[in-house]
Amino acid sequence: MITEEVIREHNLSDEEYARIQEILGREPNLVELGIFSAMWSEHCSYKSSRIHLKKFPTTGPRVIQGPGENAGVVDIGGGLAVAFKMESHNHPSFIEPYQGAATGVGGILRDVFTMGARPMASLNSLRFGRLDAPRMKHLVDGVVRGIAGYGNCIGIPTLGGETTFHKGYDGNILVNVMNVGIVPSDRIFLGRAEGAGNPVVYVGSKTGRDGIHGATMASEEFAADEASQKRPTVQVGDPFTEKLLMEACLELFRTDAVVGIQDMGAAGLTSSSFEMAGRAGSGVEIDLSKVPVRETGMTPYEIMLSESQERMLLVARRDRLDEVLAIFHKWELDAVEIGRVTDSGRVVLFFEGRIVADLPAAPLSDRAPVYDRPRTPLAPGAGPFRWREEPEPPDYAACLKQILASPNVAEKSWIWTQYDHMVQSNTVQRPGGDAAVMRVKGTTKGIAMKSDVNPFFCAFDPYRGGAIAVAEAARSIAATGARPVAITDCLNFGNPEKPEVMAQFEAAVRGIADACRALEVPVVSGNVSLYNETDGRAIPPTPTVGMVGLMEDVGKHVRVAFRRAGDLVAVLGDTRDELGASEFLRTVRGRDEGPCPEVDLDAEKRLVDLLATLAERGIVASMHDVSDGGLAVALAECAMQGGLGATLSLEPGVRMSAFLFGETTGRAVVSFAPEHEAAARALAKEKGVPFAAAGWVGGDRLTISAGSRAVIDEPVATLTELWRTAFARALESADVL
Amino acid sequence: MRFGIVVFPGSNCDEDCHHVAKDLLGCEADYIWHHDTDLKGADAVILPGGFAYGDYLRAGALARFSPVMESVAAFAKKGGPVLGICNGFQVLLEAGLLPGAMQINRGLRYVCRDVTMRVENDATPFTSLYSKGSLVTMPIGHMEGNYTAPPETLDLLERDGRVVFRYCDREGRPTDAANPNGAARNIAGICNREGNVVGLMPHPDRCAEALLGNDAGVKMFASAVAAMAAR
Repeated sequence: MITEEVIREHNLSDEEYARIQEILGREPNLVELGIFSAMWSEHCSYKSSRIHLKKFPTTGPRVIQGPGENAGVVDIGGGLAVAFKMESHNHPSFIEPYQGAATGVGGILRDVFTMGARPMASLNSLRFGRLDAPRMKHLVDGVVRGIAGYGNCIGIPTLGGETTFHKGYDGNILVNVMNVGIVPSDRIFLGRAEGAGNPVVYVGSKTGRDGIHGATMASEEFAADEASQKRPTVQVGDPFTEKLLMEACLELFRTDAVVGIQDMGAAGLTSSSFEMAGRAGSGVEIDLSKVPVRETGMTPYEIMLSESQERMLLVARRDRLDEVLAIFHKWELDAVEIGRVTDSGRVVLFFEGRIVADLPAAPLSDRAPVYDRPRTPLAPGAGPFRWREEPEPPDYAACLKQILASPNVAEKSWIWTQYDHMVQSNTVQRPGGDAAVMRVKGTTKGIAMKSDVNPFFCAFDPYRGGAIAVAEAARSIAATGARPVAITDCLNFGNPEKPEVMAQFEAAVRGIADACRALEVPVVSGNVSLYNETDGRAIPPTPTVGMVGLMEDVGKHVRVAFRRAGDLVAVLGDTRDELGASEFLRTVRGRDEGPCPEVDLDAEKRLVDLLATLAERGIVASMHDVSDGGLAVALAECAMQGGLGATLSLEPGVRMSAFLFGETTGRAVVSFAPEHEAAARALAKEKGVPFAAAGWVGGDRLTISAGSRAVIDEPVATLTELWRTAFARALESADVL
Repeated sequence: MRFGIVVFPGSNCDEDCHHVAKDLLGCEADYIWHHDTDLKGADAVILPGGFAYGDYLRAGALARFSPVMESVAAFAKKGGPVLGICNGFQVLLEAGLLPGAMQINRGLRYVCRDVTMRVENDATPFTSLYSKGSLVTMPIGHMEGNYTAPPETLDLLERDGRVVFRYCDREGRPTDAANPNGAARNIAGICNREGNVVGLMPHPDRCAEALLGNDAGVKMFASAVAAMAAR
């Protein structure tokens, strides 16, 4: 009996329920209602975001598969392609950090290997609250252990990521995970249930009662005391089974016995069956009695909505079923024919001989509600900007040290040494550089990867913040010597039913879209996570960008670290009088004030081209993108990573604190042998990028002078010690786990 | 020269070892599925890193029961060179082909980073191209690398020169600070009495090419090739 209470429990509005009745021409039964609820949840249907996501450029000469499949795919030449995607696991990770983060990794890996690709590298983008906020140390520890536990066991290196801390995430952390895989460009598999009569096969772990309605949960906000009560909806990960599942699937893909395949992720068997039938315009019949279950007495409702991990749904060629089953059985995995493809356009579910659901396939996706939710106008330029009236700090070296020791800027080796970042022996640049770099075995190519967004910028101006996320990712990729190819995104926001949140979302999407057009990097996959709120407080807008870049000759990759004493140092790009939203303001001044720095997308494009060209021509010894903490921090990082000092002298042109610590976009620091100076200068001129000779590498001190005055003069060893140990110390000094 | 690389369910460095043996050194290399008992004529056997059976019980505790392990033990008994890397080392300990056991790292966390080691024994078939007393840097990546054994066993290992690698600082001193996991006497790798079975926690397979920043590990594989050629 479908009562109003039951409808509300399923997170469906009255209008949505009316639409269900209209589609069916009758009342749904409970199983059907559960299916609609999951498929029309924000998580699965993108009902609040869909109309805005249409603004993304999604095509380009390298794009093989754009958004809408399990992962996006881009061509890298030589018969190979890269499949990649980013996804959020925010809500589960806040409830149970280890399993939440672990199953996030498991899910994104399945999205990638479902395409036929071997997962090669993972990245993660983590946002935590203040370290002394309740449960925060427990959350940091649990999330890192969860990512490590899953990724290390399955043997896929975690190559990079970013972690920031801000009070805006005290009640709602973000765990965004990305994976990049490699696939022969003519062997890409899609989630389509084609060919009437072909068997539908369930493979992988058995179905349990875990994670029922996980997708619906991810589409609600929390009250503070609710987090612990939601535990039964968090799934438990089994990386060993996933390893077997991955190897079995990759073995299967070498045959041509598969028609289509999809991961059972959010909304499990429901989304996989409906989406596979919907995409192909076909139908499926499934006998739920045949689904391998972990416990007795499971109902059709539970079987359809379970989010048990490490499961896949596939359609095999009718005459090749035995071959398919044999491969999974070799890997000691369940593989059961549970139904067949039809041409009815309907998904018909049987259980113990009777029909328990009979729904049209396509309308569940095609006729899912789409909302153009109301938005309030944003006022990104609004102050107060009290920092503008403050006198300059007396001691710039002390400011630098304070920033280097802040959790956002300090080296995060405490995190990434817990990740296996070397397995598969392709890691050319380990974590800690501008972007991770891996080689592609059997070729000369390298892939650079980076996840990026500055939520502090987005908080003051989501449009610019979105655009800068793309620009900064591109700059980081180019600073390794690669050229940006495409992005995936993971858009984390608060409750879309609030007009101010929807306005942030729309602006951030527009910013990303404009930057992608300017930099010619299409969006090929992505994920939206809304309702990131606890007790009515939304997170800062956090549109994470995951970018992939390509270098034809990986041997020419470039690192952050200064390499040789005697090399010359130059700063590329102009510095503006900007301090808003900087680490300096937050850490040194204790001010959470804007405005967000400006962004000049044409200048960014020229800089990206210059950096990649400098590497390709072998002109530079080191390159580093200027971002968090500003120019002084970027120079210090080059020195600390290289274990070499530098003596630098520049004309600031703006107030000293902005010159040293402002986070003006579109800048980089490069070093090169003296004999390459003319070439570097000429190339910068040709590309239209401002070039300022700054000094030379050498000695064991970092000395930065402005005009004739030395404003920073510190032993590199002192800075390094501080920078390398600050994060672990901050964690240890925070409350008990 | 033919390497046999054992693959347990959950092994994940099998392809890395294969790459070094075949692509870098030009040797023959075969994967040996853990259910097989035929070592396919291997001249040397490698037990690669990974998480055999997920390491859900104790690293290597289930893998020792795989059918292939009887063949590996017979091969070792006849003097065949066997190398266990990381999880492979743990399997060799559990299988009793090497003495001692592994505990969880003293930091209670997984650790992936470079370590410096001193070569203590350059007479094994996997270390002959190194020289005793020299320092090598290799990466580690493990949760259970805290080697332990009864004091008399440790004394015996020391006396017979069966400690093959020892964690040390950049001056070659086996300090506590240079010990990444708490291993007894900074032991990173050991061998059996005959010297033909070697196990170590660091990964020579991950540092065999200059492109990846370090090629110090390739000599372990090349030593085996040289040892076979000399026979």
